[in-house]
Amino acid sequence: MSRTIQRYTDGERRNHWIVAISFVLAALSGLAVFHPSMFWLTNFFGGGPWTRILHPYIGLVMFVFFLVTMVRFWRHNKLDANDKKWLSRWQDVISNRDEKLPEAGRYNAGQKIVFWVSAVCVLTLVVTGAMFWRAQFGDLFPIGLIRLASLLHALAATVLIMTIIVHIYAAIWVKGSIRAMIRGDVSEAWAKKHHAAWHREMTR
Amino acid sequence: MTMQSSLDIQARSATTTPSPSMRSTAEVAKLIDESKCIGCKACQVACMEWNDLGGDIGSNVGVYDNPADLNASTWTLMRFAEVETPDNNLSWLIRKDGCMHCADPGCLKACPAPGAIVQYSNGIVDFKQENCIGCGNCITGCPFDIPRISKKDNKAYKCTLCSDRVSVGLEPACVKTCPTGAITFGDRVDMVQYADKRVGELKERGYAQAAVYNPQGVGGTHVMYVLRHGDQPQQYSGLPKDPQISTMVSAWKGAFKPLALLGMGLTAALGFFHYVKVGPNEVEDQSEKEEA
Repeated sequence: MSRTIQRYTDGERRNHWIVAISFVLAALSGLAVFHPSMFWLTNFFGGGPWTRILHPYIGLVMFVFFLVTMVRFWRHNKLDANDKKWLSRWQDVISNRDEKLPEAGRYNAGQKIVFWVSAVCVLTLVVTGAMFWRAQFGDLFPIGLIRLASLLHALAATVLIMTIIVHIYAAIWVKGSIRAMIRGDVSEAWAKKHHAAWHREMTR
Repeated sequence: MTMQSSLDIQARSATTTPSPSMRSTAEVAKLIDESKCIGCKACQVACMEWNDLGGDIGSNVGVYDNPADLNASTWTLMRFAEVETPDNNLSWLIRKDGCMHCADPGCLKACPAPGAIVQYSNGIVDFKQENCIGCGNCITGCPFDIPRISKKDNKAYKCTLCSDRVSVGLEPACVKTCPTGAITFGDRVDMVQYADKRVGELKERGYAQAAVYNPQGVGGTHVMYVLRHGDQPQQYSGLPKDPQISTMVSAWKGAFKPLALLGMGLTAALGFFHYVKVGPNEVEDQSEKEEA
């Protein structure tokens, strides 16, 4: 058995999966009322009115737990010059030529971008969503703002869903990542290969 | 309002395939001649009576409008505006407010629930509350601020143009009751002609700016006004001068919808084919052993 390093604590993993589950539910219930071809998804939530009732609450749960994630991890996601170099080697990234990439810290540039894009989207979604949450706020906001919010909400949701597809795919593609978020640990070899700077820091 | 005949549906909310449309009917229109209106509110009473609706008793907020605004059980409302005229006089402009039954209805465009809003071939735009999910997008889409969500059942309501009466050859209740003949109803072509005639008469009587209100920004409406001050519809309690579906709503419910789905689908497909091409990124056994 090779040695392992803890990457995520119990609390971090619990938090991540609460965000993940509420994201899936919010995305499905949102898509259900976004395009007619997906209205059938309302069946998972007990029909149209129930989908409309539940969606904002699911979104709120996602927002609150995402905030916890943000507070926990934003420090590790600050972009630096090294990340620029990493991004410029994107062809090596997608071709599994990790040896040609600059060393990454706890997160590589791709992960950092996923983090910040998700953060901007989630914040946009909660602010715009509140504006047309009629069951709570009725006509509190002016109609022009409600219209803009409706458009931005759909836009932010689309970007977030696309970003999370990338996030999920990256976890499937880079073996060992899913274990990190389910069991919490990674092998030293994995750490060395994908996050060499972080590995050094952890084994110092 | 649920209507029994449904073989004449021209448009149906959140529906991408054609709706039952084998039967087609002539386009109808209601014409409200503001110059003949005395503000008696009989139309409001008739509407409540025919539709068997009655709101809670409200409080006097110091204006003649009663209730103060449209609501889930008040589908038409007399709005009273006191306007100063150029010759320093006051003019009392009274307008019967309610759904305009747009040819291009913003409510229907914005509605996410299949069949919660339908437009019949006669032009009537009708809400089908049994399909309504109560989201309020119809309010967001409407250029006239007409639909209202009921606090009691979270369904949207508005004027049906008495689609139930019209479907059996009767005129809407408000038309039937109007004591001055300010509200007329009939074939849309005839109503436009009659409206033009009335505008001509008003011009002869000195209302040089008299005009028909049949805004083309929403494709024309099936409720039209004859206005003495047709150049300034805003004077009539904020009737919009050039109403159209907001560009925000058109973008959101137009091109963006299919593009967003395409974007999501392509992202997922890209991931799948990337995996097929380069395969998983694995930590080789060799390095695992070295570590051990």
